Amino acid sequence: MTGSICVFAEQWRGSISEATYEALALGREVADALGVQLTAILTGSNARELAQTLGAADLVVYVDHPLLAETLPQPTAEALAQVLQDRRPRAFIVPLTNVSLGVGTLLALRLGTAGINFCKDVRIAGGRLQAVCVMYGGKIEATVEAAGEPVVLGLWPGARPAEKGRSSRSPVVEEATVSLRDSPVLLRRYVEAEAGDVDLTKQDVLVAVGRGIQSKDNLGLAEDLAKSLGGAVAGSRPVIDQGWLPLSRQVGKSGLSVKPKLYVALGISGAPEHVEGMKDSALIVAVNSDPRAPIFNVAHYGIVADVLETIPVLTAAIEAKRAVARHA
Amino acid sequence: MRILVLMKMAPDVVEELEIAPGGTALDLDYVRMILSESDDHALEQALLLKERHGATVTALALDAPEVDDALFTALAKGADRAVKIAGLDAGFPTSQAARAMSQAIAQVPGLSPADLILTGVQAIDDLDGLIAPMVAHALDLPYLGIVTRLSLDASGRTALATKEYPGGVRGEFEVKLPAVLGIQAAEKPPRYVPVAKVRAAMKTQKIDSAPASLPADGGCAAAQVVEMKRNEPAGHAEMLDGDPESVSDKLCGILTGHGLL
Amino acid sequence: MTSATLILWLLTLAAFGLFGARVFRYVKVLLAARPEKRWDHPWKRLQLVIVNVLGQRRLLEEPVSGAAHLLIFWAFVFYAASFFWNLVHGLFPFLPIPSADEVSWVRAALAAFGVLGLAALAVAAARRYFFPPPRLEKSRDAGIILALIAMVLLSCLAGQWYRASNPAVSRAMWWVHMATVLGFLAYLPYSKHLHLLASPFGVFFASLEPGRVPEASAGAARREDFTWRQLFSGLACAECGRCDRACPAFNSGFALSPKMLMHHMKELVRGEGAGPDGAGLAGLIKREEIWACTSCLACMHRCPVMNEHVPVLVELRRRLLGEGDMDKSLQESLKNLTRYGNSFGAPPRARPKWTQQLDFHIKDARKEPVHYLWFVGDYASFDPRLAPVTCAAARVFRKAGLDFGILYESEQNSGNDVRLAGEEGLYETLRDKNRNVFAKAHYEEIVTTDPHSFHILKHEYMPMNGGQPVLHHTQLLSQMVLSGELPIKHKLRMRVTYHDPCYLGRYNAVFNAPRRVIEALGLKLVEMSQNRTYAYCCGAGGGRIWMEDPPVIIERPATTRIREAATLKDVRTLVVACPKDLVMFQDAIKTMGLEDRLEVKELSELVEQAMG
Repeated sequence: MTGSICVFAEQWRGSISEATYEALALGREVADALGVQLTAILTGSNARELAQTLGAADLVVYVDHPLLAETLPQPTAEALAQVLQDRRPRAFIVPLTNVSLGVGTLLALRLGTAGINFCKDVRIAGGRLQAVCVMYGGKIEATVEAAGEPVVLGLWPGARPAEKGRSSRSPVVEEATVSLRDSPVLLRRYVEAEAGDVDLTKQDVLVAVGRGIQSKDNLGLAEDLAKSLGGAVAGSRPVIDQGWLPLSRQVGKSGLSVKPKLYVALGISGAPEHVEGMKDSALIVAVNSDPRAPIFNVAHYGIVADVLETIPVLTAAIEAKRAVARHA
Repeated sequence: MRILVLMKMAPDVVEELEIAPGGTALDLDYVRMILSESDDHALEQALLLKERHGATVTALALDAPEVDDALFTALAKGADRAVKIAGLDAGFPTSQAARAMSQAIAQVPGLSPADLILTGVQAIDDLDGLIAPMVAHALDLPYLGIVTRLSLDASGRTALATKEYPGGVRGEFEVKLPAVLGIQAAEKPPRYVPVAKVRAAMKTQKIDSAPASLPADGGCAAAQVVEMKRNEPAGHAEMLDGDPESVSDKLCGILTGHGLL
Repeated sequence: MTSATLILWLLTLAAFGLFGARVFRYVKVLLAARPEKRWDHPWKRLQLVIVNVLGQRRLLEEPVSGAAHLLIFWAFVFYAASFFWNLVHGLFPFLPIPSADEVSWVRAALAAFGVLGLAALAVAAARRYFFPPPRLEKSRDAGIILALIAMVLLSCLAGQWYRASNPAVSRAMWWVHMATVLGFLAYLPYSKHLHLLASPFGVFFASLEPGRVPEASAGAARREDFTWRQLFSGLACAECGRCDRACPAFNSGFALSPKMLMHHMKELVRGEGAGPDGAGLAGLIKREEIWACTSCLACMHRCPVMNEHVPVLVELRRRLLGEGDMDKSLQESLKNLTRYGNSFGAPPRARPKWTQQLDFHIKDARKEPVHYLWFVGDYASFDPRLAPVTCAAARVFRKAGLDFGILYESEQNSGNDVRLAGEEGLYETLRDKNRNVFAKAHYEEIVTTDPHSFHILKHEYMPMNGGQPVLHHTQLLSQMVLSGELPIKHKLRMRVTYHDPCYLGRYNAVFNAPRRVIEALGLKLVEMSQNRTYAYCCGAGGGRIWMEDPPVIIERPATTRIREAATLKDVRTLVVACPKDLVMFQDAIKTMGLEDRLEVKELSELVEQAMG
């Protein structure tokens, strides 16, 4: 395990997250390029059987402890640090999700090593690991090197397809023990997502609006477009926070992950937190007035224009097309 | 109840970002610094707690362009005290910011013991980690992030915090105080405070200044930026150009091609 | 002293005592209020009184009730004079003067005014009870007042009638008359018809710049936070409802009723509703009322007693703003204005983006001298729907050979509506930033395509800056029409109607300039019935454009206005001269599905068309 590439296998409510498989896919590439082992560390309580799904790794270290059931940042980071104490990897990859946020930072501190946040890719340059990071809301890309190793990398979802990180192989599973002090942070209960009037995950077409829509009054434009396309309206975090759309319509890190046939992003800049929830859509069309908006990184088709001006024209064009189709 | 809010200025990404000569950092002469968005929410959450439970709120920020404005605004909104940590080099990494804040909390009179330390869950430039877990680690306090709702029990010794999970699921946590919490969003959008009140705060209140006391090397194994560049998105998407009508026609054609119309 | 004289003395002392006690209380409240200078230009103020009190100009805008009121007013004036004459005569019988009814011409006049007054009262009563206009309430109080006035007139007439034939009845009638008037006097300050006495003062102390935003203040939370004239509004108000009938917010079903607002001011002065210290003001006037106003000034233009509703609302908004009690969208807009100088949250560098659609360069007034400094305004600069219109204005200016330039990214929102929204401090910040840029530019005159900016530039910025003239572009175009400098190639020959923007029309009385240009283009102007000072606001002003409409409203003001424009025969074009009007009316037309029936054009677009 020393000198390996290591991935934190994030489990939540009984299953391994998609982001973990994405991290494994990247980790596999890096490990192979360096000719080292890929290790996964899984923490949990009575979750040993989940290790079987981590076949992309050469070795899975499973840590069992009642305090590790919910991936609380402090006990989890402490457990990881104890496991890594005498077998230090070159890099430790932690998915940047709501489940694990904070684990990477705490682990780096605990190991007295460098943490690098916001990674979307890892490169090897002259034998050294370099992280490619997306910062400033997706507007800037930075290549970052750690002064020393191990380096703890926080990895944005979407670095690699999750499929590449799945394997039917049975990994070698080792169990490690840790000693943890009581946690002053305890989960009382989960509150399930409120069911909205529309289940976004079941829609073929989503018209999503962001800050660029400017005011609640303009939501009608998006609704008209959604209607003409036979879909529903979704929103990014700022729109939900403003109360313009209910929580059940939020796409992104803290909302839903969707995979419609068509995703139209209107006035959404494309911060990684949003992209995480819609990157797997079959066809993505983005309209934004800023030609540098990172949404154009994930979109298949992009239009640089003001959304308020574009939407009505687009709606009219689609309706005209449909009318022709009906009469044909 | 004593609440500390840790605040950091971050570049406003609504403005064009420029890379400094050298190609490894932003050109800070060209950016507008604003209070990091989630720090603004942390301040709001602290003020809401003050209104609900009665508390003193201290805003602690690192010196940066426009920081006085942010701190006076915090005072005008209802914070009781504002402290500025001076002496950091421009463009300091987050790990240094956290270190300076932890030191200040321990050393500046009146800051500790705090019952609750709130800060934004993450800033857009937190390249080498997050402030909240760093401060929690340094002060050996409990930590929880992505908090969107917060209340205190009657004794004031425990907080009930709601954390966001994927898919719209929320987790309710009991957190023993004192603790450091990373706020994702306050229960209400950050309040607007009239300019006149900010001006009044500038006249009648003051910002305490404390020097940053850091080891010469910043005290941590830093991450080195070897290259920084602006995102060039055009590489991925096929861009449709023209007036709205022609763009719409092109797009209709594409949608038809994908069997979506 | 005879017993009759004694009784008259007792009655008089009682009546004046009751009257004085109440009036004293009111005066005390007004003295405790914020000071406001309303003594300047006495001659101008006297003129206001002559026109609006003696001449009752605004009342006559509604001719039937106006004429009736005029007659009742003059009858009342005459009868009041004769009453005091009689009273002096009755109280001091030893004085060597005849009583009023012993003078024949006075008698004749009393008879004439009495008959006319009674007829007018009959009309007033008929209107009140059988054909009430909206917003006129049939209160008991009003009934009592009408009856008392009738009694005053009738008793006097009857006294005259029986003067020779039955002196005893005549004497009795004299007593009825005197007792009624004294009773009236005692009752008046307790009644809402105090306006009889208060309104002449209200008019005399009216604002000489109606609609001027009050001096910076923290806003009104308690009675003492209002100025004395603002409180006095409540006493002067006759609750005639003209303001409500004119108010776009009221007619759209918003919570605001300007009449009730004035009523609340009266309750405040009387210490009703709110506690004696004025506490509970928040309960008296709801936040929804306060935020509903579009600052269109229609209420103030119609108010016969020249009350000032909009400034009162601004004071109330300042307080709400200070408490953070505002619409989320407004909050977001104000944050954007603070940070970026525009409500769109767009970076300042995006402000001149619209100029990219032009095939020529507009001078940068910061760098080279220009004759006309064009203040473009936020909506015209940032709203993509307005870019073609703003470009049209630019091409018109160019074709007309004007030497003009803009401030590019240095222009900031002018702050007019920020101010009306109650954010005086932010207004000052924006103003100072703009003035700093102005100070560095070289220009002779300012022209703006935005009426809201026009108003504030003209009245607030330039007087501080050195007094350069400020023109709305319709004024500039009109000047060029008059001097023959506007190169019009072909006449447009169609029927159009025109909407007067509030800040151009009611606020600044610019009515003829746009009409002159319209006619010069060969257009046939068909007026809507609500034109000039009667123009019906689009609903966007006073910061309303940044706020969300409540779901309960009946119909948005812009929709009402479009409905009106759409009824005009053979008119397919609504001409506007304000960027906000353009977007508001275009939206309304779309929601009403009238795209085939009516289009909205900014005047510059038509001028460009006519220039060929």
